[in-house]
Amino acid sequence: MPNSYRRPYRDTQPPYLFPPYASTVKRAPSQPLVVLPHTLTELTAPVFGYGDIKETDSDLTKQHKGEPQGERIVVSGRVLDENSRPLPGVLVEIWQANAAGRYNHRVDQHDAPLDPNFTGAGRFLTDKEGRYRFMTIRPGEYPWRNHYNAWRPAHIHFSLFGQAIVQRLITQMYFPGDPLLEYDPMFTCVPDEKARQRLISLFDWESTLPEYALGYKFDIVLRGHEATPMENRR
Amino acid sequence: MSLRGTTSQTIGPYLRIGLEWMVIEDLAPKGVAGERVAIEGRVIDGDGKPVNDAAVEIWQANSQGKYASPEDPQGKPVEPGFRGYGRSLTDDGGNFRFRTIKPGRAPGPDGKLQAPHLSVTVFMRGLLKQLVTRMYFPDDPANADDPVLSLVPAERRATLVAKKRPDGTFEWNLVLQGRNETVFFDF
Repeated sequence: MPNSYRRPYRDTQPPYLFPPYASTVKRAPSQPLVVLPHTLTELTAPVFGYGDIKETDSDLTKQHKGEPQGERIVVSGRVLDENSRPLPGVLVEIWQANAAGRYNHRVDQHDAPLDPNFTGAGRFLTDKEGRYRFMTIRPGEYPWRNHYNAWRPAHIHFSLFGQAIVQRLITQMYFPGDPLLEYDPMFTCVPDEKARQRLISLFDWESTLPEYALGYKFDIVLRGHEATPMENRR
Repeated sequence: MSLRGTTSQTIGPYLRIGLEWMVIEDLAPKGVAGERVAIEGRVIDGDGKPVNDAAVEIWQANSQGKYASPEDPQGKPVEPGFRGYGRSLTDDGGNFRFRTIKPGRAPGPDGKLQAPHLSVTVFMRGLLKQLVTRMYFPDDPANADDPVLSLVPAERRATLVAKKRPDGTFEWNLVLQGRNETVFFDF
């Protein structure tokens, strides 16, 4: 049997109830949670393969006849666990707004243009070193109705499966220097300042493509196994 | 070297863009052994209103209690085509649905067997991280000494057990708050 997974470090994961994000008030559990032991159920997870995805799934600028509007960017990074182990075969799903800050979704009624050449969805299966890479468009900021004059900072949604169902993670990647971050209740939902900063991608010269697209790097860390007693002795 | 896990963020209201391509509501194609079951339910918020933007994901063993995962050390076969994973996105009525097989008994702590169950993960706008719960089957004698169910206060256990409708469908609702609030786990 694999070992249990380590519980999150203090203040690095958000609470369920966080009133500055208004939708949590009617959706957060009100009864105490029951601590779940990690049985074989929690220590296993579905396996995905190259049969599940297509090559064009990772290039969001090539999914339609024409080119989408906006600034092309390369978003890449590694998926690791807390023990610094690269995680291969992780299914990474992303979705985002277009360059004007509009989602291709019936619920989004923001008065900004849709782009017929941009859906805003991508998939990637990490390689042996845990690496992933997407070509996309820099998403726009957009208003929402959480509070007066609320605007979401530019972000890309990420969904990941690890090797255990308790490693499942959905998060958002932000961009460096975004002035909206400090006003955003999603970004500020955890007290740990370093944990917040890790949600911000870094400009990356190495993955920047000359005369084509800027590169941003975003490494993602999933929970790691607790050390075995033998490892503890080292 | 030890790293710290990336902070979870909400799935937001536009989850369909990214997740709809892999909706899996039928987990057991032909050839997968086991008792066929249909599961239906609704996600209900603290005002008693249906949640129309939730992703409900299930993870389960096959009829032999074996998970389709390399992390499962049991030397038992898994049928080709059985992944054990399902994803349903709720509709305007807050409804989700799965057709699958009833899982077998997977090993639990201390060499005991667990009762047949689904692991359930729920994402939605208004949740900064997923909710994790379990669904058990009604009238299964193994429920009585299931090692996880027995950790749940007795008066709340029924929220984790589906009800069998006259037509044989299992009904199991996810109630986020209030009376009959579903038990959620600190995972």
